[in-house]
Amino acid sequence: MNMRGLQWGYLLLAFAFIYLPVASLVLFSFKDGSLPLPPFEGPTLRWYGEVLGDRRLMAALGHSLMVAVGSSLTACVLGFLAAYGLARHVLPGSVWLRGLLIAPMTVSYLIVGLGLLIVFNQLGIGLSLWAAGIGHVVINLPLCFAIIYASMGAQQQNIERAARDLGAGEVRVITQVTVPMLAPAILAAFFLAMTLSWDEFVIAFLLTRFEVTLPVEIWSLLRSGLSSKTNAIGSLVFLGSAAIVLLLELFIFGRRRP
Amino acid sequence: MTAPITIESLCHDFVDFRALSDIALEIDAGEYIVLLGPSGCGKTTLLSILGGFIVPTRGAVKIGGRDMTGVAPAKRPTTTMFQDYALFPHMTLRDNVAFGLRMRGMARRERYARAERLLELVGLHGDAGKRPHELSGGQRQRVALARALAVEPDVLLLDEPLGALDLKLRRTMQDELKSLQREFGTTFIHVTHDQEEAMAIADRIVVMNRGRIEDVGPPERVYQQPASLFAANFMGETNRLPATRGSQGLETPFGHLAPPQALVGDGPFTVCLRPEQIRSGSEGWSLGSARVGDSAFFGTHFRCHLHCDDDAETTLIAHLPPEVQPQPGARLTLSVDPARLSVFAAEESIS
Repeated sequence: MNMRGLQWGYLLLAFAFIYLPVASLVLFSFKDGSLPLPPFEGPTLRWYGEVLGDRRLMAALGHSLMVAVGSSLTACVLGFLAAYGLARHVLPGSVWLRGLLIAPMTVSYLIVGLGLLIVFNQLGIGLSLWAAGIGHVVINLPLCFAIIYASMGAQQQNIERAARDLGAGEVRVITQVTVPMLAPAILAAFFLAMTLSWDEFVIAFLLTRFEVTLPVEIWSLLRSGLSSKTNAIGSLVFLGSAAIVLLLELFIFGRRRP
Repeated sequence: MTAPITIESLCHDFVDFRALSDIALEIDAGEYIVLLGPSGCGKTTLLSILGGFIVPTRGAVKIGGRDMTGVAPAKRPTTTMFQDYALFPHMTLRDNVAFGLRMRGMARRERYARAERLLELVGLHGDAGKRPHELSGGQRQRVALARALAVEPDVLLLDEPLGALDLKLRRTMQDELKSLQREFGTTFIHVTHDQEEAMAIADRIVVMNRGRIEDVGPPERVYQQPASLFAANFMGETNRLPATRGSQGLETPFGHLAPPQALVGDGPFTVCLRPEQIRSGSEGWSLGSARVGDSAFFGTHFRCHLHCDDDAETTLIAHLPPEVQPQPGARLTLSVDPARLSVFAAEESIS
């Protein structure tokens, strides 16, 4: 009985450790008062109204969505093609190619961002959402490649062979057999890349100028001090990420597998 | 639809070893051929060459009189049934079976109708809307078969199709494969390492070893008069007696033997006799008397270990009819019909 108590205690502590910051963030977003600090007064939806009425914030939200979807889509397509090529064809030095593709995962975002900043300056490419999107492709491509490559086994290869045997050309093998067959892995890669891009600050901060993504906009708000308004934004962003993760869990990881 | 196949002096080298050397084979339209051999003998490589997945180093493959050596799998009149079935996991059974027809541009209604007819033929008519993971191994096997037959190939290639099934189901599927083959008239080429399976379904068996063909023929002939020592060993249990060339034919531990076939070379030789050829009695070639060691009842026969008096080193394995009552310790006089023995040069490897 005592053991039981300990187990529950441990569980509660662990979840408190993970969720207390988020919970307090969400709680004080409803506080009727400009500082998100105790004591709690309210509740009110005032801050949410302000956030939704703030044009700059809403524009940044739109930018973030665009960059997240666009860069994740690009990273997934490129990652899939790289994985397909390396899994299905014997290439000279394919071990090195694989290593080179995955290696950027070990480089910190700050270094990637600085490197891109220097390169874009040299090439005369201006700072913009496009630049940030490219940066997000750079950090998400290795991840997408690794996830999709891991799902391409010998069993799948035989299935593609069967499709060819039954008369399918290469394009139809990829579009009608390989992609639908690997859809769970490809969607998982896409949504993971999307959550990472959605939250990403350092690269977006370094590579954007006039139009910025949501995390950059939040940061500039935070510079003028804590406010319940930032709590409301944080809650909304959290809601967005949680929704993606939930969808991922429901439709991809949660699906019963053979 | 069906077509004959001609394989001409086929060789295939992988990076560091020769998988096939000098394979020549004529297969008639509508024949059920079984490629039989141990793993690594080249049978699967040969099947892959027939299916177009491997282009051979040398030699030619003709199907229906046309040279197919370098033609891609999609453009051949062959389909392959893969060992792991390779069904499309994201499609229903109906879509799986109709896939080849869809690739050929057949309209949906028409191809679905044919897919359902084929599923019915393999006993899965109520399951057209299911997906492969809802099926048992035997059912998946049937879907793979229906899918391969849907495009009406001239030649169906089967890569160890029954390997993943349990024994009882395997026997059932053997009968079904054979009757489907009769019904469609398609040329079937079936790879296996199970000689009982080969004997049960083949019109002709091709015994392979180390990239060569050891023997080709109907099951009875390959079993009773194998062309090589390897084929004799691989086709079933056999007793091997050492022999040398003597003044009156062969000298064996059991005395003289008039060779049943013309001898090639100077010897030494190996005489092979199947367990069921050994009789209790004295007609034919006598093996002298023997004492029964172990004996086990198999329903149709007793399988006995016999310790021979003429040669203490030889223990023969015999299948004796139940009425002989070969209890352990019993003494028997043994003989064989010399016409049914096979003699080979002994230096051939026995692996």
